[in-house]
Parts: sequence; C-alpha cells; structure tokens
Amino acid sequence: MPELDAVDRRLIDELQGGFPICAAPYAEVAGRLGIDEADLLARLERLLAQRVLTRFGPMYQIERMGGAFTLAALAVPEARYEEVAAQVNALPQVAHNYRREHALNMWFVLATETPAGIGEAIARIERATGLTVRNFPKEREYFVEMKLAVRT
Amino acid sequence: MIDDTDRALIVATQDGLPLVPRPYHAIAERLGIAPDEVMQRLEKLLASGVIRRIGAVPNHYAIGWTANGMTVWDVPDEAIDAIGAEIGGLEFVTHCYRRPRALPEWPYNLFAMVHGSTQEEVRAKAEVIAGLLGERCRARDILFSSRILKKSGLRI
Repeated sequence: MPELDAVDRRLIDELQGGFPICAAPYAEVAGRLGIDEADLLARLERLLAQRVLTRFGPMYQIERMGGAFTLAALAVPEARYEEVAAQVNALPQVAHNYRREHALNMWFVLATETPAGIGEAIARIERATGLTVRNFPKEREYFVEMKLAVRT
Repeated sequence: MIDDTDRALIVATQDGLPLVPRPYHAIAERLGIAPDEVMQRLEKLLASGVIRRIGAVPNHYAIGWTANGMTVWDVPDEAIDAIGAEIGGLEFVTHCYRRPRALPEWPYNLFAMVHGSTQEEVRAKAEVIAGLLGERCRARDILFSSRILKKSGLRI
C-alpha cells in the first residue's frame, strides 16, 4: 500500500463529507488544511490514481430518485470464481462487489434506476452464471455512516 | 423528484468532481447552464437527500482498516427495531440494516458492518454486540471480506 504523509491523512479525514458548494471549493478546503490549492489538487489526483481513494464527488442515494438498491449474494464454485466475478462485474448496476469467506462467497450491491430493475439485473446474472442469486433487500435502515478515520 | 437537468448533473458527476480550481463552473460549461444553477441544484439535491454527502470515498484497506466483517444476527422479529437502533448506535458499526432471512440456510435478519485493523479486533467488537443482545441472539456469524472485486459506486 502507498505511504501516506500527515497531510494526506488529514486530507482524507477532512474530505469524507461536507465538501463545500462554492465557486472555489478546493481553495477553501486547502485553507482549512493549511496547504495551497494546487497542492490539494495534486494530492487528490495522486490518491485517486493510487486507489487510496476510490472516488471523490457527490454520493447519490438512488432510492431518493425513484430507484432501488439491494444487497445480493452468490455461492460461487471456487473453480469458476474469476469467471463469475467478471460476469457479475460486467453489469453497470453492480456498484460494489466483495469476496467474503462463507458458503455465500460473493456479495454485491445492485443499484438500479427503477425498482423493477433489481429483478431484471438478478435475472441477467442468473442467466449469465447459471447460479441462483440470493436477494437481501434492506427492510429497514438503522444506521449508515461510512466514515473511517485514517489509521495507517 | 428530479428533473432532466438534475439527471444530467448526476450523470456528469457520478464519476467524480473535476479536479480543477472551479469544479462547478467546469460542470456548468459541460451542461450548458450557469454555474450558480449547478450549485443551487446540488444544494437542493443535498437537502432532499438525493445526495447523501459530497466527499472522498477511501479504500478502507489503504487507510488501515484491513479487516471488514459483515456481522449477521438472528434476532426476534418483534424486537428487531429496538435492537437495530441499539446496535446501529455503537460507534464501531458503520451500517446496520434489517434484511429478510433465506431459510433454512440463512437465518439472519440483522446485518451490522464492523471494521477494524485485524480480524481479532472485529471479532472482539462482535462480542460486544453479542453481549448486548444476550438471549435475543439466536444465531450469529461474521463474514470477513477478503477481496474488493468492484467498487465503482452508482451509475445511472
């Protein structure tokens, strides 16, 4: 993993939310961090290129736009794991996909523009892979706050 | 609800904000609308919850959170809302949801994501949850993630 310096760490912690909406937002955040705007932009570019940050921008909640999200899982035979991962990842509706250590060893999030899109995406994955998708739509959300402080 | 201009704005920003000194002006130019309109629409989308937040998404492995455990619990349906609020309120739980069971192989109805630097740390935190649940927990498991296969975020 790439080395992070003290400014990188503060930048990542500072930028996990609340990015300003104003004419020159990077200059504002740079001022808070005590660096200049060009340095902030260069660091963001590097952290994204190194995949320390997976993205930078607005996080959209598709349900608030009339769309739907679900968590789904597959039990993938080990010998076919890479092939099935490629088949699942090929769908643009697959927003995240993780390998987890369990009989259900592939867990992915589907995000679709309409509620019906979830069933269609699941049917496509089942056709492509020949495997049964287990669908675990959220019935209630008790808490979501994906902000983790840098620990390295 | 969102209109066509909002939709164009979402499409223009779902890969990320431009890394230039005036990012909202750059988006405005691409969409052929005024920079003030871009900013006003983003404020509105943020206020209505269509945008959850604007910021950076770290790869949690790269920032030291190398163990990520999806803890799953079978708790009584009649008590789950109170339990979800209690477990979701723990400082180390980043997501907490009620989801349907898939019997007989999957008896779990409460999912709580727990992060740590090591699997031991995640297991210790799961023990805290188990302690709080006491007899309300009928079955439990932890699914550790061992690889990110995709993390692109939403695409419309």
